[in-house]
Amino acid sequence: MSSAIVADDLRKSYDGVEALRGVSFEVRAGEVFGLLGPNGAGKTTTVEILEGYRTRDSGKVTVLGHDPAAAPRALRERIGVVLQQSEFTPLLTVHEVHRLFAGYYERPRDVDDVIRLVGLEEKRDARVKTLSGGQKRRLDLGIALVGDPDLVFLDEPTTGFDPAARRTAWELIRTLRSLGKTILLTTHYLDEAQQLADRVAVIQAGRIVSLGTPAELIGDAHKAEIRFQLNGEQVVVQTDDPTLTLHELTSEALANGSRLEHLEVRRPTLEDVYLDLVGGDENAE
Amino acid sequence: MTLLFHQLAYEQRIFWRSREAAVFIFIFPLLLYVLLGSVYSDEIEIDGVAVPAADLLLAGLFGYGAANTAFGGLAIILVGRRETGVLKRLRSTPLPPATYIAAVLSSTLLIFALQALALVLLGRFVFDASTPANWLGFAGAAVLGVVCFAGLGVGAASLIRSAEGVSAVVNVVLLPMAFLSGSFGPTDDYPGFLDAIAAVLPLTYFLDIVDGVYLEGESLFADPKALGIVLAWGAVGLVIALTRFSWMPRER
Repeated sequence: MSSAIVADDLRKSYDGVEALRGVSFEVRAGEVFGLLGPNGAGKTTTVEILEGYRTRDSGKVTVLGHDPAAAPRALRERIGVVLQQSEFTPLLTVHEVHRLFAGYYERPRDVDDVIRLVGLEEKRDARVKTLSGGQKRRLDLGIALVGDPDLVFLDEPTTGFDPAARRTAWELIRTLRSLGKTILLTTHYLDEAQQLADRVAVIQAGRIVSLGTPAELIGDAHKAEIRFQLNGEQVVVQTDDPTLTLHELTSEALANGSRLEHLEVRRPTLEDVYLDLVGGDENAE
Repeated sequence: MTLLFHQLAYEQRIFWRSREAAVFIFIFPLLLYVLLGSVYSDEIEIDGVAVPAADLLLAGLFGYGAANTAFGGLAIILVGRRETGVLKRLRSTPLPPATYIAAVLSSTLLIFALQALALVLLGRFVFDASTPANWLGFAGAAVLGVVCFAGLGVGAASLIRSAEGVSAVVNVVLLPMAFLSGSFGPTDDYPGFLDAIAAVLPLTYFLDIVDGVYLEGESLFADPKALGIVLAWGAVGLVIALTRFSWMPRER
């Protein structure tokens, strides 16, 4: 299978501080690739090098067969970028903003198609300033799609969303994937990466510390966990074989006539794995 | 070329829909003309020559309008768009930066051309002012003014850090400059130190050129020294822009 992005030993320093210390990964055509990491880990620097906004100090990068540092027009025809923070002139309508951007591309998608795809058809003729925060992010996404890109960069696409808006955005990203788009997603929401990404790279202090499918990442980690309270005390048991362990625990409890209060069996989530990898201080974010 | 017109059409739509821009950039110099034209009537003596006040003010506000539209307007638009990420976003599209800049400049020139026309019509029909003695030179002066002050506007945009501060900075520069250069009335009675400051300002020399083409029917190139100084100021702005301009918002 061909690669949409190849990054090989990327390095970048700012004023002598190493932001990237040899980042290598590959994004396959058609997959959703998640880049996870705490603030300052090198996520944004990596993505901005791939998007052509920043230059690298050393290493090799290919995006859709081009070197993004040269930012050739041919490459910009084929990528869509959703920035973390961007606004558009509040005075144009949703339809007008899409038309404006469609004009930049040789083969744009049908503007009304895109507006429907991102669910803004009811706001088609409304000015941008009347949109809610979530609708503005959808506008952002619509503008990234209007050039019919092969590769879409989504930088923390649901930051600041309420749960309902996040689920809508997830549906949208799944729709993009089903259209055959390659997606590079950065996020600090672990459930988001687990829900959406085919593969995930965890970046920490300028290096990739783990890379694989969410299942692989979880599979590499610790085993199932059984928690319960016995005589008011919290008990946590880690096990490779939860069926057997649970049977032993419950049999013993029944034989003793005691109860395992608040009994639960948990598989580790990507979050647990991630917190192990980045040292557990990510909760502050 | 198609892309340039596409962008220009949207630049115009955005400008005229913005009440602040339309009032501050387009209406304000016309309003000042009406106010000052009502205060100063009759003739004003300049270097021993009596000139109708309405003519002198028209030329002065033409100069102020060029600076306000190209310097003020561009600095405000560019800083605002940079800080909200619009410029960064545009860099990821196939729109060539040169085409974008050309569209923004053409839009500025178009706005100022309409303003200059409104000024001439207002002068002619309300204050009985003269019409330009050299129409071609007058049109050339409009282009020259926009080029010089646009260069300074882009230069200023490269140096101004925040979208909140840009209007204030622009007006702190613009209004004293216009006052010292004589946009708002004769400067003959100004004390020597103010004249000394005025002697280095681009608007002073631009107004000399405007007076020449508008009142005396001179060619745009009649005063090479003034022309050189105006272009040099524009070039200074351009050099600052070329070395300091960024498409990216400042780090937050």
